[in-house]
Amino acid sequence: MTSPTLPKLIGARIKRREDPRLIQGRGTYVDDIKLAGMLHMAFKRSDIAHGRIVSIDTSAAEAMEGVECVLTGAQLAEFLGPMPILTPFPAPPHYAVATDTVRYAGEPVAVVVATDRYVARDAADAIQVEFDPLPVVVDPDRALAGDPAVLHPDLTNILGQTGSNIALYVPAGTGFDPVAGTVDNSAIDAAFANAEVVISQRMWNQRLVPNAMEPRGVVAHWEPGKDTLTVWSSTQNPHTARNTFCGLLGLGQDQVRVIAPEVGGGFGAKINIYGEDYVACAVSRRLGLPVKWIEDRSEAFVATTHGRDIVADLEIAAKRDGTILGLRVKLIADIGAYEMLLTALVPTLTNGMLSGVYDIPAIRSELYEVFTNKTPTDAYRGAGRPEGIYFVERGIDMLARELGMDPGELRRKNFIKPDKFPFMTQAGNQYDSGNYEAALDLALKNANWEGLKRERDAARAEGRVVGLGMSFYVEICGIGGWEHASVTVHADGRITATTGTSPHGQGHETTFSTLLSGQFGVPADRITIVHGDTAMVKAGNGTLGSRSQVSGGTAIMNAGEKVKGRMAEFAAFMLGAEAEAKADELEFVDGRIQLAGTPSIGKTFEEVAAFAYMGAGNAAGAGMGYPEGGAGLTDEAFWEPAGATFPFGCHIAMVEVDRDTGELAVKKLVAIDDCGTVVNPLIVEGQVHGGLAQGIGQALLEGAVYDEDGQLLTGSFMDYAMPRASDLPRFELDKTTTVSPHTPLGTKGIGEAGTIGSTPCIVNAAVDALSPFGVTHLDMPLRPELLWRIIQGGAQ
Amino acid sequence: MGQVTVTLNVNGRNRKVTVEPRTLLVHALREQLGLTGTHVGCDTSQCGACTVFVNGQSVKSCTLFAVQVEGDAITTIEGVAKDGELHPVQEGFWEEHGLQCGYCTPGMIMASIDLLNTNPQPTEAEIRDGLCGNLCRCTGYQHIVNAVQYAAEKVKA
Amino acid sequence: MIPVEFDYERAESLDDAIARLAATGGEGKLLAGGHSLVPLMKLRLSEPSSLIDISRIAGLSGIREKDGKVEIGATTTHHEVQQSELLRRLCPVVPEAAGEIGDPQIRHKGTLGGSLAHADPSADMPAVVVALGAEVHIKGPGGWRAVAAEDFFQDLFTVDLGPDEIIAGVQFRPLRSAGYAKLHQRASHYAIVGVAAALDVEGGVVRSARVAVTGASTHAQRLPNVEELLAGRPANAESIAAAAAVAGDTLEDVNVDLHASEEYRRAMVKVFTRRALERAAAR
Repeated sequence: MTSPTLPKLIGARIKRREDPRLIQGRGTYVDDIKLAGMLHMAFKRSDIAHGRIVSIDTSAAEAMEGVECVLTGAQLAEFLGPMPILTPFPAPPHYAVATDTVRYAGEPVAVVVATDRYVARDAADAIQVEFDPLPVVVDPDRALAGDPAVLHPDLTNILGQTGSNIALYVPAGTGFDPVAGTVDNSAIDAAFANAEVVISQRMWNQRLVPNAMEPRGVVAHWEPGKDTLTVWSSTQNPHTARNTFCGLLGLGQDQVRVIAPEVGGGFGAKINIYGEDYVACAVSRRLGLPVKWIEDRSEAFVATTHGRDIVADLEIAAKRDGTILGLRVKLIADIGAYEMLLTALVPTLTNGMLSGVYDIPAIRSELYEVFTNKTPTDAYRGAGRPEGIYFVERGIDMLARELGMDPGELRRKNFIKPDKFPFMTQAGNQYDSGNYEAALDLALKNANWEGLKRERDAARAEGRVVGLGMSFYVEICGIGGWEHASVTVHADGRITATTGTSPHGQGHETTFSTLLSGQFGVPADRITIVHGDTAMVKAGNGTLGSRSQVSGGTAIMNAGEKVKGRMAEFAAFMLGAEAEAKADELEFVDGRIQLAGTPSIGKTFEEVAAFAYMGAGNAAGAGMGYPEGGAGLTDEAFWEPAGATFPFGCHIAMVEVDRDTGELAVKKLVAIDDCGTVVNPLIVEGQVHGGLAQGIGQALLEGAVYDEDGQLLTGSFMDYAMPRASDLPRFELDKTTTVSPHTPLGTKGIGEAGTIGSTPCIVNAAVDALSPFGVTHLDMPLRPELLWRIIQGGAQ
Repeated sequence: MGQVTVTLNVNGRNRKVTVEPRTLLVHALREQLGLTGTHVGCDTSQCGACTVFVNGQSVKSCTLFAVQVEGDAITTIEGVAKDGELHPVQEGFWEEHGLQCGYCTPGMIMASIDLLNTNPQPTEAEIRDGLCGNLCRCTGYQHIVNAVQYAAEKVKA
Repeated sequence: MIPVEFDYERAESLDDAIARLAATGGEGKLLAGGHSLVPLMKLRLSEPSSLIDISRIAGLSGIREKDGKVEIGATTTHHEVQQSELLRRLCPVVPEAAGEIGDPQIRHKGTLGGSLAHADPSADMPAVVVALGAEVHIKGPGGWRAVAAEDFFQDLFTVDLGPDEIIAGVQFRPLRSAGYAKLHQRASHYAIVGVAAALDVEGGVVRSARVAVTGASTHAQRLPNVEELLAGRPANAESIAAAAAVAGDTLEDVNVDLHASEEYRRAMVKVFTRRALERAAAR
């Protein structure tokens, strides 16, 4: 096999091949799928946050015309066991539909199956449920103490405790031995003993609602007689869905086909496999008919996993010259009522990010995950990394303010230096590569940092409330294990490639066809990328954690390289008599396979492809020879990076707060992102823009707010503020390029970057703006009233 | 409750749908006429994914009953391209990478066309304000703004 | 989300609508643009037995000038109000406020009459019609009556409108020197506080002022202490600041929600009263 070559189209702004269907309304999303005889499901959900189910009266619902069946959680549990999760820690049983106790408002208690979506909703509303209410746990500090209730009294947690709301306890950092489970605090204690200055702050990274614009949906179709199940699901990882369906339904992986059609955004919340999905599969199998369920937005607010929600008690020990000696943090993650697929894992990623881009010699973190009577949390764009970076970057900013240092210079002083990579942080991650000073310098230059400072000071002199903020981020990409790809060159010279990554807006069809186009020297429009179908894609781990280019792209290129090598052998055989060509001397250029340096000696791509499928028998019949190894041009590859990649970047923002109202406007946002080699800048910029908007949304607008009864007060777009076009400035983007040693192209991943950097950047800018009023920290979201109170001199 | 027959002109063709009075226009379009390009993204009239034209004006088809638009002319995303030629706004969305997952896109395109119908040469601020009835979670809106600017330029030229 | 079942009827005339409404025995509701009602029905917070569509009644929509007054028909959409050249010329506060409602799609369907009848405590137009001293023209089985806008809004979602009565339109004496200023709730774009101010200025002196607030309390209402402080004063920044400083001091039942406490809302009533007055004075 020849070594992978860098495709020549890398770095070109290629517009997306996905778009023609999507801009004409021709994409097929789950709700667009209609099958003969298809039934519709609707769920009756708990309107209280914690209580025992006393009785469920389904008689009125069952009497309705068009209602096929009504099943309570207890009835479902007779043929559908508790849902699987992918984390290795002790977890409570969690049924798709509550069997005897509800633990969050919105938890399903019964399902209706009917001939029509409207009838199903009518019937679900007609179900009467009587609850015996239990005390509601909403405050994570109180949850930690088991107050006022314990959600899962029968669970024995990782600490061996029963009767506790602690789902997980994970220490990390310097002196923690994960094998022995021991913690040596001498280094961190010494850091704080030697500190000349200590920053100490409680910070909350609030709960968010992911809100992909397409709510979730599923169509499950069990075919009796064939004994196969086909499931269309709005998911980020169809193979994981298939595997979990098989596990819970007792079916073989050859019997279940999961298709992710067009998926209208995921942002991590469509990694999880949900109760509604399992119920649809089980009900379809029971009835022998296809079943559809489409989530309403109002349902999505309570029924789709939330993100973030973690409190940090952060301390930083430093010297007066700005040298950071140590960082200590206690984290409490409010994970809601149950553990979903990766719920317990996400906050542990926060533990791993606590070194940020800094060379911090001693770190101690202790993470508690606690159950509360809220919607369960799971991955949300960034998944653990934004939380960690937020805490560190807020802490660094507080330290700069305390020391009177420029925030850029304090950062520069503590950066991990370029010659120290690969660098093992005290938080336990090995960073692959980085050049943080280069990104800082470019950000300072592009933003005109010194000029902005003068602008801010001049504005302040006029009585305006203006602030400047900076943040630096690093993130982990390429996690999530191996990825699979296959490449087939057909007899007509066209190419089909499959990928186990499963896009929902990331443009894989464009990016991956670009890679193959460069690799094979044929136009991209002769290449089809197949994804999101477990019957057509042999294996995969989905699109999540910014892994698709790193893992999926490399797998595709490796499979391509194998096929290319075989194709070169066919070409060499064809050319052999006239040129004594050797396979490794052939180049694939402009639709030809030819001798490097002597382009006249070669064959067209199509000629070679056709010959490859001729087969030895036909060749012999035509009086021709045929190379060893037989017919065909198809191969596959599994690929797993040797280590995670660590993209990074620097963001700078200027904000202005309306003195009268507290409304904050982002006046400027400069983002420098370094994701290694950029394949398609258009797509990368789109990823950064979207991430910036989500990060700014968290800083300024978004928040899942619960009342003391566990009711979600921000349960619709009427109260949960999503960023709109008018809430955002025009972003100013640029990049540095520090390649990863772990990927052949030097790519690192970009999907989550913008989300991670922008949130602390905006909060740092807001704190700067309000620093004349004595503020050193603000918790998000930065609602106008909060800022107004500070300007008024009142309490926060 | 009984069913009623509603006559509409959809994308230039006269169509009949038989619906309940409570059938939302978006459901009639999607489920009876198979025009699934119009999407549902919320239930409180904020997201704009369901935007279609009724008699030439953008409306949220999730907040209208099909019976209300009897006899009206409806344009959905499927009717925007003419004779296989993309509308300048569609072209702008493609050229400028104005979409990612594509779910908000049909509504966003309809709202953008309406915006340019009312204000053919909008400023960036006017574009951002004019799209306040549509949510996009993927793009951060910048490429959408670029797409509308592209279309405005193209129409001017 | 899907509404419960209902009957749908289309009214041919105002009298037909009144008769049909009466026939529902209080269980029916009028449907014009539906942009207040339909979202509530989808969430099943409103379950009328029948809807009577008045959107196609001839003459119920439109903006006319008559005898020095302006009439806006009940089924005139917010978009039509916003785009009206007549209103921009004679009474720019009305299109200004209409342009603050929702978003373009909502403004294409939502109607003035619907907004007034629904009387959401955070709706924009109620403050404007109160500040303009508009009359709400109502027809019922007993014939026509007119109610001053300030008396029309009575309480939370409560107006002076019988179950079988219909708003036909509003009428007011237009004036240029009026302004509307609003603090947007960032999710819904409803008003956390919205203030409409109308000034009758002659020779640089405020002869009289009418100032009304929405969003702050149960219903749109005047701010009499502000009006009193302005009357007879020069129309300048000093008078405006002095008057705005007392805005909302007499308000009762101030709204408290996730987005704003009572204290903040009261403070914003002052801020947006000042801004509305500044706009009015600048016209």
